[in-house]
Amino acid sequence: MTSLPTQSGPVKLGLVIDLDICVGCHACAVNCKEWNTSGHSAPLTDTDPYGADPTGVWFNRIHTFEVVSEEGDSRTVHFPKSCLHCEDAPCVTVCPTGASYKREEDGIVLVNAEACIGCKLCSWACPYGAREYDEDAGVMKKCTLCVDKIYNENLPERSRVPACVSTCPAGARHFGDLGDPQSEVSLLVAAREGFELMPEQGCAPVNRYLPPRPKANPAEVGGAAPLVATAESDDGSAGLLARWVDRMLTR
Amino acid sequence: MHPAKSVILFTTASGAGYGLLAWMGLFGAFGLLPAEFWLGLLGFGIAFGLVILGLLSSTFHLGHPERAWRALSQWRSSWLSREGVAAVFTFLPAGLFALAWIFLGSNQGLAGLIGLIATLSCIATVACTAMIYASLKTIRAWRNNWTLPIYLLMAALSGGLLLQVFLSIWRLPLAETFPWVVLVLFVLTLAAKLLYWRELGTEEGGSTAESATGLGHLGKVRLLEAPHSESNYLMQEMGFRIARKHAEKLRRFVVLIGFGLPCLATLVGLALPGSLAAAAAVIGAAFFALGVAVERWLFFAEAKHVVSLYYGESRA
Repeated sequence: MTSLPTQSGPVKLGLVIDLDICVGCHACAVNCKEWNTSGHSAPLTDTDPYGADPTGVWFNRIHTFEVVSEEGDSRTVHFPKSCLHCEDAPCVTVCPTGASYKREEDGIVLVNAEACIGCKLCSWACPYGAREYDEDAGVMKKCTLCVDKIYNENLPERSRVPACVSTCPAGARHFGDLGDPQSEVSLLVAAREGFELMPEQGCAPVNRYLPPRPKANPAEVGGAAPLVATAESDDGSAGLLARWVDRMLTR
Repeated sequence: MHPAKSVILFTTASGAGYGLLAWMGLFGAFGLLPAEFWLGLLGFGIAFGLVILGLLSSTFHLGHPERAWRALSQWRSSWLSREGVAAVFTFLPAGLFALAWIFLGSNQGLAGLIGLIATLSCIATVACTAMIYASLKTIRAWRNNWTLPIYLLMAALSGGLLLQVFLSIWRLPLAETFPWVVLVLFVLTLAAKLLYWRELGTEEGGSTAESATGLGHLGKVRLLEAPHSESNYLMQEMGFRIARKHAEKLRRFVVLIGFGLPCLATLVGLALPGSLAAAAAVIGAAFFALGVAVERWLFFAEAKHVVSLYYGESRA
């Protein structure tokens, strides 16, 4: 049934992405591809992977934006984006076959590849570009929040997080229950004023983004100290031999 | 949005087919069309042919056409599913009406009632097609008050111009008055289309690169590096852009070839006798078909999806 669950459960699993920390290394996208190409929605098909025009299915993409303030200061923000597992997911309600669905127990949005007819309407309905059409399989695919990893009891407990989270070398990605206001991720969102993307689209995404922290004001901090003393500086602090060498070399 | 040929053929051909069916149901039921064998056979043949061509074409767009039947199940939430249900349902009254017309020589009374049900089903089906697009919040060019009336008017016009061909070949009394209905429809459709284009040009979208990234409080946001060096599915499907100058040329084409010439042909047809009037009607319908194809192509090509905000657009 592609209607959304009438009563959304208390658990809303999702990601919290820290834009202050992300260094834009794309490791999360690579590990996402690695895990998911043999997971729930396998394979993540590539076409012409070594050719002139490679293209393929990715559940996670890292954009890089430049933000220029009114004063003219600019900063670079690396911006990872995958499915936001919206509470009011338009990709689910537009699906004509019931292949697209939102799980009542944890809010994960999934596609049943057996029922998908590949009409692509869900990808038109998603404002975030979270849907990925697999030309080869003729069905729509998307981020599963590593549903085959987070509940996998064959894995040590600390590994039961999405691949993008476990691989992030900077610790910019957090996974947890955003439906529980006392969960670590919810507290983090509250402390850092986490926000949702395109609230005006009305999809109520579960994932949250943490804003980059304000930059230190150079006027307050003062200029950076010189890294090394320069050779010309003869302020009397150098030893006798050094002063002699300096004098000989300056001549 | 990528203007897929299969979807353009689907919406235009099925629109014309349902339009013709709707007019035949309406005028048949009210005794304005004779329940004549050849009129029925050719009229319904062409109408059903166009509808089936359109529906088949829409399945070419699918990754798994053999599963298309599944699309009938989610009518509670999905306009695409509703469209499928309405399209399949329409075959029942329209088919019965056609059989009564062709083989029983009857299109009034009970048959007329079935004909009117067919007319309503045709209107509902075209409305569902329009709502597939009009319901998408992600595309401002579609989610507005113009999409639904324009789809209905275009279908009524497509079907009406085809009907006029039959009316003038059969030299029915309706051939003298129906062109005026067509002309009124032309004026309404052109007005709606021009107002739609004006709104598209003046009103700005509600989403920006700032709202898409949530970074607006820091300043002006622009894309520095795309996620890939090469294109991807999202950019191919949603990132189609048409140069403004081409769009303007094509809009003029729609107005002149799609509306102007068929209007002229309809007026000239009124003044011409019998077989020449039929020729004028055929010419009018042919030019309109050309115009409607370009109009529908533009409907897709001019539509900007909000996901483009993650790929370098600043407003959508």
